[in-house]
This record gives sequence, C-alpha cells and structure tokens, in this order.
Amino acid sequence: MTKPNTYQRGPDSDGHFGIYGGRYVAETLMPLILDVERAYDEARNDPAFRAELSSYLTSYVGRPTPLYLAERLTEQLGGARIYFKREDLNHTGAHKINNCMGQILLAKRMGKRRIIAETGAGQHGVATATVCALFGLECVVYMGEVDIERQAPNVFRMKMLGAEVRPVTSGSGTLKDAMNDALRDWVATVDDTYYLIGTVAGPHPYPTMVRDYQSVIGEETKTQINEIEGRNPDTLLACIGGGSNAIGMFHPFLDDDGVRIIAVEASGEGIETGRHAASLTAGEPGVLHGNRTYLLQDGDGQITEAHSISAGLDYPGIGPEHAWLHDIGRVEYVSIRDDEAVDAFQLCTEAEGIIPALESAHAVAHAAKIAPDLPPDHLMVINMSGRGDKDLESVGAYLKARGS
Amino acid sequence: MSGTRISARFDRLKSENRSGLVTFITAGDPDRGTSQSILDALPEAGADLIELGMPFSDPMADGPAIQASSLRALKNGANMKQTLEMVASFRKNDGQTPVILMGYYNPIHAYGPEKFMADAKRAGVDGLIVVDLPPEETELRQPVEAAGLDFIYLTAPTTGDDRLPHVVEHAGGFVYYVSITGITGTKSAKAGAVETAVERIRRHTGLPIAVGFGIRTPAQAAEIGKFADAVVVGSALVSRIEENLNGDGPAAACRDAVLGLVRDLAGGLKS
Repeated sequence: MTKPNTYQRGPDSDGHFGIYGGRYVAETLMPLILDVERAYDEARNDPAFRAELSSYLTSYVGRPTPLYLAERLTEQLGGARIYFKREDLNHTGAHKINNCMGQILLAKRMGKRRIIAETGAGQHGVATATVCALFGLECVVYMGEVDIERQAPNVFRMKMLGAEVRPVTSGSGTLKDAMNDALRDWVATVDDTYYLIGTVAGPHPYPTMVRDYQSVIGEETKTQINEIEGRNPDTLLACIGGGSNAIGMFHPFLDDDGVRIIAVEASGEGIETGRHAASLTAGEPGVLHGNRTYLLQDGDGQITEAHSISAGLDYPGIGPEHAWLHDIGRVEYVSIRDDEAVDAFQLCTEAEGIIPALESAHAVAHAAKIAPDLPPDHLMVINMSGRGDKDLESVGAYLKARGS
Repeated sequence: MSGTRISARFDRLKSENRSGLVTFITAGDPDRGTSQSILDALPEAGADLIELGMPFSDPMADGPAIQASSLRALKNGANMKQTLEMVASFRKNDGQTPVILMGYYNPIHAYGPEKFMADAKRAGVDGLIVVDLPPEETELRQPVEAAGLDFIYLTAPTTGDDRLPHVVEHAGGFVYYVSITGITGTKSAKAGAVETAVERIRRHTGLPIAVGFGIRTPAQAAEIGKFADAVVVGSALVSRIEENLNGDGPAAACRDAVLGLVRDLAGGLKS
C-alpha cells in the first residue's frame, strides 16, 4: 500500500476512512444523522461556537491539562523518559468530558432538550450527566447491568447529577448492548433528543466529530512537549476500547514522521482464551452500530461478547479510523492482559502517587514492557486518560482472588 | 422487473381488490423444526407474503419481542445457512408465495454478499430487507441485482419529500413504510397519519406500499389495509411463540398460536 500524502484528511464526504466508517443505520435515523452532520459542519466553522467551547474547556473542564514527567516511573523502568498527559485531571476525572462539552453545545445549538448516552465504565455517563446538569438538560444514560455492578461509584455520581440511569439487560449487559438500547431510544424520540455518543464509533459524523473534540489532547501535548523538550515525542501510547482518547492523542501527530504511535487493546484473560476485547488483534471487519470496522464476531457474523477487567475497554468493536490506521500501518495495535494491567495499576500508583484508570493502566503496562529497552533520551508520552478511583473495588476483588 | 413472485402476488391482490398480509417470523425460532412447521403452514393460514427474519445478535431496530425471538433462534443453533435451507425446504411445496429475508447487514457481510445473494436466489428467496443499509450505502445493490432479487427499502415518518425520491430510486418489489418512529412491536400509529404518509409515498413511486411496525390486531390490520397494498405483522406473531414455550407440547402450541393469529389477521383483511 502506498503512503498517503496525509493521514489527517479523512474521512471522505460520506464518512469513510478507506473502506471503514460509513452510515449503516435504519432509515428512521438517517435524516437525523444528516442533520447532526450539517449542524456539526456549521458549528465547527463558526468562530463564536469555537470560542464558546474553548472558554468552557478552560474555565470548566480545567484545560490545558499538564504534561507531567513521571520521573520515578522513568527511573524504575530504567529506559525511556516517560511523560503522562494528565487527562485524569480534567473535571469528572477523564478525557470523556472534552467530547461531551463539544457535543452538548452542538445539541443546544440544534435546539434539543433531551440527551441520551451509552456508557461502559461510567466515565462517559458521568461526563454527559455533568454537562447536562450544567445546561439544565434532561439526561438518560444507558448502562449494562454488569457494568452497573462493577462501576457503582459512577452510577451514584450520575444519579446525583440528575441523570436517569437505565440498566440494560439485553445481550451481554455491557457497553455494546447499552449502545443498542440508546439507538432504540433515539429512533423513538427523534424530535427532541440528541444522542451523545462517547467514543469514535457510531455512524458518520460521530467518529469524526468525537475525534475532533478529543484532538485537543494531542494538540496540547505537541505544544507542551516542544516547550519542555524542544521536540516531538518519539513514542505515543494510549489505551483503546472504542478509541476516543487514543485518536485524540494521535491525530495531531499522524503526519509527523518519526513519531511511533502505539495503541493498547485489552486482551482480557488472553487472546487464546477467547475472553478478550482485542478487536484489531483478533477481530474481522464487519458492520455494527452504524459503521464498518473490525469486530469480535463468529463465522456467522454474530457479535461475540468482549471481556476486559476494564469496563471502558469492554467493547467488541473499534472506531473506524483506527481500523484504517491499522490496515495502512501508521499506528501499531498491541494488547495487554487483565493481570498485566492490574500490575501496572499498582506500579503507577506506588511510583507516582497517581491512581490510573484501569483503561489507562493498559497503556502504562505496555510502556513497562518496552521502556526498559529504550535509551534515556527516548521521549515517550502516555495518555493518562482517566483516574482510577472508580476501579478500586474491581482491583481489590481481583487482587483478593489472585491471592496477592 | 416483471414476472417475479412479488409482482405476481401484488397483481393478484389488486385483481382481488384487497390488501395483502405480510407475516414476519424469525427463522429458527424457537427451533428449526417448529419454525419450519410454522413457515410451511403460513400460506394456507392466510399469509400473502412471508418475511423471514435472519437472526442477529444485535438487532438494533427491534423491540423486546423480536430481540428475544432472535436470541432464542441463535441459542438453538440458527445461522444464515440454516435460514436458506428453511427457504429451500419451504419452496419444495410452495412455488408462489414470495419470501423476503429481513435482517441486518453483518451476517450477510460475514457470509460474503455475492455468495449470499446467489445462494439465497437458489434457495427460492425473492427479496431482501436490510434494516441498517440505507440508500447511501450502495454496496449490496450490485450483488442483489446480479442475483435477480428485489431490494426492498424502508421509508419512515422522518423520510421527508426531499429524501423520498432518493430512497425509492433503487427500490424493488415494494416499498416498506415504517409507520412509527420507534422500534418494532412498541407503539402504534394513528391510521389517519399512516394514510397521509402512504399517499405521500405514492407520489414518488408506482411500487406497492406495505405498512409495518405497530400493527398487532385484526382490527388494526383491516384499518391500515383500507389504503395500504399490504400490512406487515411481526412482533405480535413472535410473541405468540414466547407465550407458548413453556406449556405441554410447545412445538404444536407455538405453531397453532401463530397460525391462529395469522388466520384472524387474514380474515380481518378479507372482510
């Protein structure tokens, strides 16, 4: 495959990244999707909209987030110089709010009064409930019953913020089923409802829109590392479920030769066990939730259940732009098991006093694998996509079961 | 295209001056044997056209009844190959009743679209409804046409006049009007609003128009049948399966319950 002139121009006008992406939705939703696309195009070209978003990102979300040199971790791993992009310091504790702030302003601009969202770990649900509280909009969050159990603190936060959390019992009761139910809601409430998708999946324009709202992560990182080190990083690392924190970190760097970019999927209990969430490592292209991408599925095209200790990575698909970046080889996609992620969770907490989200711990775990073999002047940036308070119970239970 | 089973059936309905009954069941629900026995008996009970659901793990446009039927079928081993085998078996005794496969794109994608269309045609399938494939996504158009199948498009209350010509441009067989904004088997539309919508669609196409989503009773079917060329009933039928699963002799009970409702619906349309 020949190298394109730029990796940043996609998608085409119909929302395709190579053969991935698109708009695979029922006709009832199609006119709405086109409405969202029109509204988004207008908003992003409107200086007043951009100024309003930027103002909220600064005064409410707390941007820019710091780029932090993790000195003790660097020392302990004994290789590459490791920085964290501190998305965990955003209001609500994860990168999810970057996207929510953009989309809620868009929903308001479109005159919508009711917001629906899906959530896995609850971080996107909390961020959505937060921006709905901020603007006084009705909020319904679909969340799988399995996730409700393992992310109880976030469920409580959403309720405190005035959101209704609807348990999803269909299918495997996790993120994909929550997305199915959110789409079912939207089909029935098209007049007044806006679907605030939390990751770079769904039908066009969502993968593009969410990427654009998350790209603030990579843009800031680029400015900051150049201020601190006088040059670009050598390696970028981010965890990937649907892929919003990863694409947000990566996108501004895609055309920068010499920046190695690595995304870390969750291989759960191990690829060979079948209990994992590694769509790119072990999936096949297919169509789900409005786009063509890599999916975990059986030979008959039935979607199979994803598994990860981290609820936020527990999704059987991946954003279509990642599928494209995977095929053309610009981004490397690797995977980390539950046990490795939990080890990295402990390592990061003890070495840096930063409790990472289990999602982000997957990226730290891969850093721990490769950093020791890299020279001290190798600059590595890990996207610390969220804080881990929500995961303490899961980690505690895991360690108890493991007997450590 | 002339001479297809679908066009022949609508011609006959027109000559009989009545609206047709389209029945939906999920292939393999609750199991292959029971499902085949229901499928084979549908025409005699009064089904004019048959929609056969292709089970999918994530049926996003469907309500609880059809979601459950899909999962029952999958749990009992249903797959795309079996669905086509069921049609082939049905065709041994019925050469006239149109069979339309309805479902989602991914299982077709996994099967391989060209191979699937060819195999479906060979099995005796007449048309295809792929819920998550709007006219913007054109990739099945060529394989469907190459195999000589009709691609049936959905229109919805949200499909405006500006968009309708684009949707019906490549439609074959008939146009399916989704009468509510919502998922299958939930709310029902008011007949007056549906009639207005059907008239609106007729201004854009000469194809017959079938109305579905939210039609559950013989009375509702009769009311919609006054102006639609056909009415589609699905969730109410598959609910009969769910209701009769746990009794004595569930296979016969499920079959009789479904066919009983089909007879009532057909009676409503003929009265």
